[in-house]
Amino acid sequence: MIRRFAPLLVFAGLLAAFGFGLMRDDPRILESAMIDKPMPAFSLPSLYEPDVMLTEALFKGQVSLLNIFGSWCVACVQEHPTLMEISKSGAVPIIGVDWRDTREAGMRWLERYQDPYDQVIFDEGSLLAIDLGITGAPESFLIGKDGRIRYKHVGIITPKLWREEIKPLVDMLNAETES
Amino acid sequence: MFALTVLAQGPNEAELEARAKDVGHMLRCVVCQNQSIEESDASLAEDMRRLVRSRLKNGDTDAEVIDFMRERYGDYVLLKPPVQRNTYILWFAPFGIALLGGVWFVVSARRKHTAETVAPLSEDERQILDGILHSKE
Repeated sequence: MIRRFAPLLVFAGLLAAFGFGLMRDDPRILESAMIDKPMPAFSLPSLYEPDVMLTEALFKGQVSLLNIFGSWCVACVQEHPTLMEISKSGAVPIIGVDWRDTREAGMRWLERYQDPYDQVIFDEGSLLAIDLGITGAPESFLIGKDGRIRYKHVGIITPKLWREEIKPLVDMLNAETES
Repeated sequence: MFALTVLAQGPNEAELEARAKDVGHMLRCVVCQNQSIEESDASLAEDMRRLVRSRLKNGDTDAEVIDFMRERYGDYVLLKPPVQRNTYILWFAPFGIALLGGVWFVVSARRKHTAETVAPLSEDERQILDGILHSKE
């Protein structure tokens, strides 16, 4: 009896395994290898002032939200209103990284949609982007007061994600004493 | 023509380029899933290629460049998965399955063999059988 149904059982097992694999989270989203590591050292110009060099010191002493964007990035337009809301609420300073862009296009984009960022780092050659393990835009990181990366989100920050995931994390990180 | 350009670059440059290509072929383009950064046209792959070259030029060993990428993108960035605890299944399961198949084959072949070589009837058995067969007539 068992012998007769063995192939069917094996088939059902395989079907379940494959089905399970298909239902998994989006395999294109990589788990960040950067969590709990310090913000990488960098020295890149500000988008607005080419002579002003911004460094990882930006992320010391305060909780901040780093957001990768570009004027070429369609999803960034969709994310933008949420970033404006966050910026207006004053919950957390947002540092923008204008990635793989031209200065003119980046500035024009921010003028057109309004600028939610406290500072904008201009990363033309993906130097900071690769150092952060970026695969696309938008991507966002939460950085603790001690300058360590604590959270990464690939894709758009939606109002729901902000409310339910990121804001509570910001509050938690703010409550941490600086080490 | 090619020899000339190589000559113009100097042997050191050519050697660096060859190393960069080797390293690049081992690194996955993280945007395109299954191409190396050397093969990919993605802009991020282009930037990664440039980074590989500049790090090699600044004296990094091949392994150091690969470790740099691995620290940022995890094991995923390696096109050939490393042999480590979480990849044992990946590396050794095929051998395990082949071994199991071999064992199964030998066992079932032997079983068939014993089934074929049934012991011949003993003299007593033959007489009894004869008796049964003849009694019918």
